Amino acid sequence: MNPQDLLSALGKGSRFALSRILSLVEADTPQGRELLDALHAHTGRAHKIGITGPSGSGKSTLVSGMARALRQLPGHPRVAILAVDPTSPFTGGAILGDRVRMADLNGDEGVFIRSLATRGALGGLSDRTEALAQVFDAAGYDFILIETVGAGQSEVEIVKLAHTVIVVDVPGLGDDIQSIKAGILEIADVFVINKADHPGASESQHHLQTMIQLGFHAGDPQASHHGQRFAQSPAEPEEDRTSPNWVPAVLLTVANRTEGIDALVTEVLAHGAWLRQTGAWQAKDEEAIRREIEKLLLAELWKNQIGSIPTAVFDEQIRLATERKCSPGQVVQYLLTYNC
Amino acid sequence: MSMPEKKIRVLIAKPGLDGHDRGAKVIARALRDDGMEVIYTGLRQTPAMIAEAALQEDVDVVGLSILSGAHNALVPLILEKLRENGQDHVIVFVGGIIPQDDIPNLLNAGVAKVYGPGTNTREVCDDIRKAVLQQV
Repeated sequence: MNPQDLLSALGKGSRFALSRILSLVEADTPQGRELLDALHAHTGRAHKIGITGPSGSGKSTLVSGMARALRQLPGHPRVAILAVDPTSPFTGGAILGDRVRMADLNGDEGVFIRSLATRGALGGLSDRTEALAQVFDAAGYDFILIETVGAGQSEVEIVKLAHTVIVVDVPGLGDDIQSIKAGILEIADVFVINKADHPGASESQHHLQTMIQLGFHAGDPQASHHGQRFAQSPAEPEEDRTSPNWVPAVLLTVANRTEGIDALVTEVLAHGAWLRQTGAWQAKDEEAIRREIEKLLLAELWKNQIGSIPTAVFDEQIRLATERKCSPGQVVQYLLTYNC
Repeated sequence: MSMPEKKIRVLIAKPGLDGHDRGAKVIARALRDDGMEVIYTGLRQTPAMIAEAALQEDVDVVGLSILSGAHNALVPLILEKLRENGQDHVIVFVGGIIPQDDIPNLLNAGVAKVYGPGTNTREVCDDIRKAVLQQV
């Protein structure tokens, strides 16, 4: 099928066309770029929700439970899931196993799950995640759940892409809990302590609440937690729901028994409403589009400049730099002004 | 800059009620080590679930692991569902405990190849690469 046929089939709700478009966009082929151009006018509606946290913390199970809860909302909104797993740096292969935890969603035509491999990208996502989310957005999916790879400290790319970021933690990591906090604490809009039936859940909840509070008191509130302020009492966060500051709640869930999922969904919806009310939704959208333009521009400039330089010239410059006759910086200056 | 090589995507599925997935996992791992993207769905999948996963993931290949003896019933159903979804191009392999007498029927129904115990994983990887390349 050519791009035009794919688009008209997508307009009629073809899941086959959707799947094909996702593949073309993921592979970043000329057809895929053409499709993205055509779809852009239809994007900007979906609420993109990121779910991140250590591997084994129950992200896939939570995503599955959230998808089911979202489907039961009035109007039965459609839900897309992008589940990212790591690519082997040695072979380029990947095992994408998130569907194993999402078997409950089978048979529901309002849910579409796509597994993604990172394909060499760092930061917890694949480089194509944002583009694929755009496809789902244009296809009319109301919610897009984006599950990152098992995240440690620095896999924070999700914050650029999602409207709402859920950081999942589990009890019993003890003092190690500190290690995930430094990077990830800053990006959460909602914290979840999953496996809350395990010992230590309320301690973990308390730890997180204390950490948020410390972050606020330690310095400039603007610098900490992108301007979030912690309520005096975490039990009454509702007060702040219309204020310019969002206070992240720390929720307890037992995902495999679907406990706490409804409260989590309510919290996520509240965050979506807050984003829209404060104008943050618009600002995030603008920021995402700015980033996309910069990325594409850079890729095109790179391609044009490199494409115009003969390989022999390039190799010669590398040789000169290897022989220490000039520096890589000088080579770059030379290549940028090279005329062929 | 060269064009990136097309990634081969494979769905490894266990249809029916048998609960032994060591074989499926060994194959999944071997394909991963050969540079493919392997989607693993877990145990006890119905034909409709497998076809739906193949559709959503836009895979090139579906590998079915069956040790229960139900292959004559399950495999044709899965092939039918794939066709219903417009996925005729998907290459289907079967592995597991399949009596010699049943193999011709499965091949006639549209299965590309049937693998028994003791199969070299290298052979499976090479077959898949060859089959996918022929299709492009």
